Amino acid sequence: MAKKFLSGNEAFAEGIRLARPQVISAYPITPQTIVVERLSEMVEDGSLKAEFIHVESEHSALSCAMGASAVGARAFTATSSQGLLYMVECLVYASGGRFPIVMMNANRSTALPWNIYGDQRDSIALLDSGWIQSYAENAQEALDLALMSYYIAEHKNVSTPYMANLDGFVLTHTYEVVDVPTQEQADAFLPRFETENKLDFAHPRNLGFSAGPDHNTQFKYKEHLGLLRVREIVNEAEARFAEIFGRRYTGLTENYRTKDADFILVTLGSISGLVREVVDGLREKNIKAGLLRLRYLRPFPDEEIVRALSGAKAAAVLEKDISFGGDGTVYTNVTAALQKAGVRLPVSDYIVGLGGRNISAEEIEQIFEELKRGAVKTVFLGIGGEDA
Amino acid sequence: MSVTAKTLCEDEFFYGHKACAGCGGSLAVRVALKVLGERAVAVLPAGCMSAVGFNFPQLCFGNNAIISTFAGTASMLTGIEAGLRAQGITDFQAVGFAGDGGTADIGLQALSGAIDRNDDILYICYDNEAYMNTGIQKSSLTPFGAKTTTTPVGKNIRGNLRPKKNMFEIVAAHGIPYAATASIGYLNDFLRKVEKASKIKGTKYIHIIAPCPTGWGTATDMTVEIAKEVVDCGLWYLAEYENGVYTLNYEPKQFTDPAEYLKKQGRFKHLTEEDIQTITASRDAKWEQIYKTFQIN
Repeated sequence: MAKKFLSGNEAFAEGIRLARPQVISAYPITPQTIVVERLSEMVEDGSLKAEFIHVESEHSALSCAMGASAVGARAFTATSSQGLLYMVECLVYASGGRFPIVMMNANRSTALPWNIYGDQRDSIALLDSGWIQSYAENAQEALDLALMSYYIAEHKNVSTPYMANLDGFVLTHTYEVVDVPTQEQADAFLPRFETENKLDFAHPRNLGFSAGPDHNTQFKYKEHLGLLRVREIVNEAEARFAEIFGRRYTGLTENYRTKDADFILVTLGSISGLVREVVDGLREKNIKAGLLRLRYLRPFPDEEIVRALSGAKAAAVLEKDISFGGDGTVYTNVTAALQKAGVRLPVSDYIVGLGGRNISAEEIEQIFEELKRGAVKTVFLGIGGEDA
Repeated sequence: MSVTAKTLCEDEFFYGHKACAGCGGSLAVRVALKVLGERAVAVLPAGCMSAVGFNFPQLCFGNNAIISTFAGTASMLTGIEAGLRAQGITDFQAVGFAGDGGTADIGLQALSGAIDRNDDILYICYDNEAYMNTGIQKSSLTPFGAKTTTTPVGKNIRGNLRPKKNMFEIVAAHGIPYAATASIGYLNDFLRKVEKASKIKGTKYIHIIAPCPTGWGTATDMTVEIAKEVVDCGLWYLAEYENGVYTLNYEPKQFTDPAEYLKKQGRFKHLTEEDIQTITASRDAKWEQIYKTFQIN
């Protein structure tokens, strides 16, 4: 293992190199570009043996990755924001076809107005697309998820594409010291891609077919089960990962000082580091604050959320997302999980960081203050905006 | 010696499908696969041939085949070719069969990208001159004057007002290693071109006219005849593009009357004398250019 000073994009590219994809197809978009630039350099210098396809659009990027996956090759692509939206047709196609492609998405605001900075509306709008969705907090986790993503996506009980989300700029372009495993370690962790869901000369197949009303629900149910099985495979992957690399992750969520917490903030992605610091500060003032970080949004960690929040007095969701005319989508999912489990507590929704808007420690502290009052509301933080 | 209708293999790779009686497109797919054989990996976008051939559990391809997204024929072919090559497999032919809409409209960008990269794929456009699968709507390969469900014939507008895009020359302008036109009315010419294309490295494109009795308003036993006649009257031509050179493969001694060809088809029934003169004049202008710039076989 070597220590390197890497940005989130570069760390993810290192993880992908170690995963040995056979076909990479990508189209450039800020702030994703560095990951595909690094990968093309690795192909050039021979440290990565892959076919690098310079496609003419994101739609083709994912369509090409599907073709590769459909013949049993390990495929990778990366995108962001408008690019992710441009390939949406292929997203549902890849999940319906059960092609375990891995895609990195650099979370970025969506137009209009144009904005290249980070929020999570791009990927959260696509929670229903049938992809596994993870949200990394830092560059080390990004690299580790790049490796684990293939293990999880390609597992025969899962066979589902994987979208690894990194916050645009805040994570993709921020440098940290990262442990980069050796190729031998990576190979020991990640088996070769084996699947029966492929075009095969020994057993010719027709794939990507139509299924009418009599069969459609069965296919869709199996697709749903594939995603649900990710819950156990994530744990399997992380246990195996810990054995080889010595770093143990915590499943679909990460609890930070939630055990005895009265007030818990639920969030995801790179903002979690700041929330953790605020929680520590409040604990010093004897305020029982906690953080629940959602590492995955699909499959949705219902049980983990219920377990973490059921003892709290109040909670709030902090999300870089809004479903216009409704609430933040993470909030809707969190409150649905609580409702299903019969857990009642006041939960508010804080919409933050749209278009890369800065979030301060003071603002997060203020949210904890408001939680004490037990209100339930949806707030656009920092502009005095509450829904009427 | 190249394969002909007489020496074509007996194996069937596309059968048991639900294509309309007299479908020209299904004939093109069927015979092309007979030339390419069991190592063909076929990609078909949304369209007639995927709609009639891939209805689970009735799957009609004997070789490996997959439906792509509508716009994604070429890009999926690219992925298949790269994915197999990356696994050390080289004895196969990635072949696409897309309709006129899937090629000249929604799939044009991906096709252009594949040609630009010179991916080792064969792309066959079966051109039935409208979106037939969805019920005969105009595409950019619908010819001037044709009645479709989105170019109706009324008092103000009489059918499609725009000429057919020239996909063959658009593709050739990329500097593609091999491009050709064909017609299911001249099957041996098509078979020869498929076989030839399969032996060329890089991107290959064949554009085959494939009449659709349902959309053209012709009898189901007339398909092949109509496909011959469109070549004989000069409204379509059989040609190749290779090494930067256009070659005409077949020169009708004397054109048959385009009016005869047009009047046989329901979609052209409304055409006036003036319309037919417009069509004939544009045919003549095209042939003038062919004689100037094409080599004649």
